[in-house]
Amino acid sequence: MATSTAKRTVSRVGWFGKFLTSSIGQKIIMSLTGLFLITFLVVHLIGNLQLILGNDDGYAFNSYAYFMTNNPVIKTTSYLLYAFIILHAIQGLLLWSQNRKARGDQKYAVKVDRTAGGSKSSIYMGSLGMVILAFIIVHMVQFWGQMHFSDSIGPFTAEGYEGAKDLYALVAATYENIGMVIFYVVAMVFIAFHLWHGFQSAFQTLGLNHKKYTPLIKAVGYVYSVLVPLGFAIIPIVMYLRHQGVL
Amino acid sequence: MDNMKLKLRIWRQGGKFPKGQFVNYDLDGVNDHMSFLEMLDVLNEKLINKKEDPIAFEHDCREGICGTCSLVINGYPHGPMQQTTACQLHMRNFRDGDTITIEPWRSRAFPIVKDLVVNRDSFDRIIQAGGFISVDTGQAQDGNAIPIEKDQASHAFDAATCIGCGACVAACPNASAMLFVGAKVSHLAQVPQGKVEAETRVQRMVAQHDAEGFGRCSNITACEAECPKGISVEHIARLNRQYIGSTLGSEKVAN
Repeated sequence: MATSTAKRTVSRVGWFGKFLTSSIGQKIIMSLTGLFLITFLVVHLIGNLQLILGNDDGYAFNSYAYFMTNNPVIKTTSYLLYAFIILHAIQGLLLWSQNRKARGDQKYAVKVDRTAGGSKSSIYMGSLGMVILAFIIVHMVQFWGQMHFSDSIGPFTAEGYEGAKDLYALVAATYENIGMVIFYVVAMVFIAFHLWHGFQSAFQTLGLNHKKYTPLIKAVGYVYSVLVPLGFAIIPIVMYLRHQGVL
Repeated sequence: MDNMKLKLRIWRQGGKFPKGQFVNYDLDGVNDHMSFLEMLDVLNEKLINKKEDPIAFEHDCREGICGTCSLVINGYPHGPMQQTTACQLHMRNFRDGDTITIEPWRSRAFPIVKDLVVNRDSFDRIIQAGGFISVDTGQAQDGNAIPIEKDQASHAFDAATCIGCGACVAACPNASAMLFVGAKVSHLAQVPQGKVEAETRVQRMVAQHDAEGFGRCSNITACEAECPKGISVEHIARLNRQYIGSTLGSEKVAN
């Protein structure tokens, strides 16, 4: 008996890898990293709203940015965030290419898109995701990259924030450019469509489909996917209009 | 109406068309009471009379329960009418002078045999991978000997209505067979007869699904819309729950 149990234990090595690389496992990776990113977006939005809520020449935002870049808990979480963005992107690209292959070389001559509740964005999640990935890269280079590696940012001179950089000035300068404002607003539209399907899909993948809760999950998902990107989109618009002296 | 004229654009592959291509046929004298397959029969008779190779398409019961017919009609698996197999679709749903495009199921896991006929052995292998269920042989036991809650029995039966036609794969932009696997797993996992082997079954069926080269589900729900039996994606959620529960929660490791 003992030997047979031991043998079985050996054959069980690798079960977890098999789980994660199975079709359902791959989707679970998308779902869990997606839900993490959904949570992150709320935190990111609340932080970024400091850019326009205060109207205090950036004191609120700069002190918030100082906290975010110096708190060890936040820093650790941010590395997790980078890892999850990369994992979500790589797994998504893998799924996209696997799914294209699964159809075969010959595509349908007549294309239709009838679904039983799934939105149109569900069909284009891969393409939407690729646009969003490109946006994230530009966004990171523009702000995160400059914050970490550029010497051209002035200091944030306030008591208790020694060595802090004036990130508010960097953001404000970026949003003086109407092209940048349009770029960010359009990117938020892509994110809204991605979330429109992604939010509820994450729950379905985890097997959470329930007569009582699914309507609520869907409703929260739709509200979230409109309000959060809208909140982000308002920031560059307000900052631009303030610079123009309209607001 | 008994003299509809149709323009048919049909995928032909094999024989005279080794690479596969669309061929146009004009067909008149179509009665609107004909089923879609009877309309194809009329066309094939004409082709045979002209000594041409008839169009190969699969059919068996012609009453909507066997899951053999497999035509993508104007982009819709089994045609534009929902919860209807191609054999139960009647020509009255089309208009005189319509152009109708007919394609086979398109999936790497369903290779084309000829024209509109695809090989769906991959579905059989998924069923085989699921293995046996433990039932007593001999006399049928008393119907009420195994208590099952009514709603659960109904839900299991909803899944059991799957006829294994493959329309879910044909409809899915990812060519995923998750609705099929979901229906099979959900059907057996909800009744006592199938519960005994449920843990192993779900792992094996998912592994076989992946090995066959089907795509990965991204919850688009096109499968449910095109399923001739209207099987719900709720069964995919149950499949996911079963798979997560079995793989992470049980000691079973399917080979």
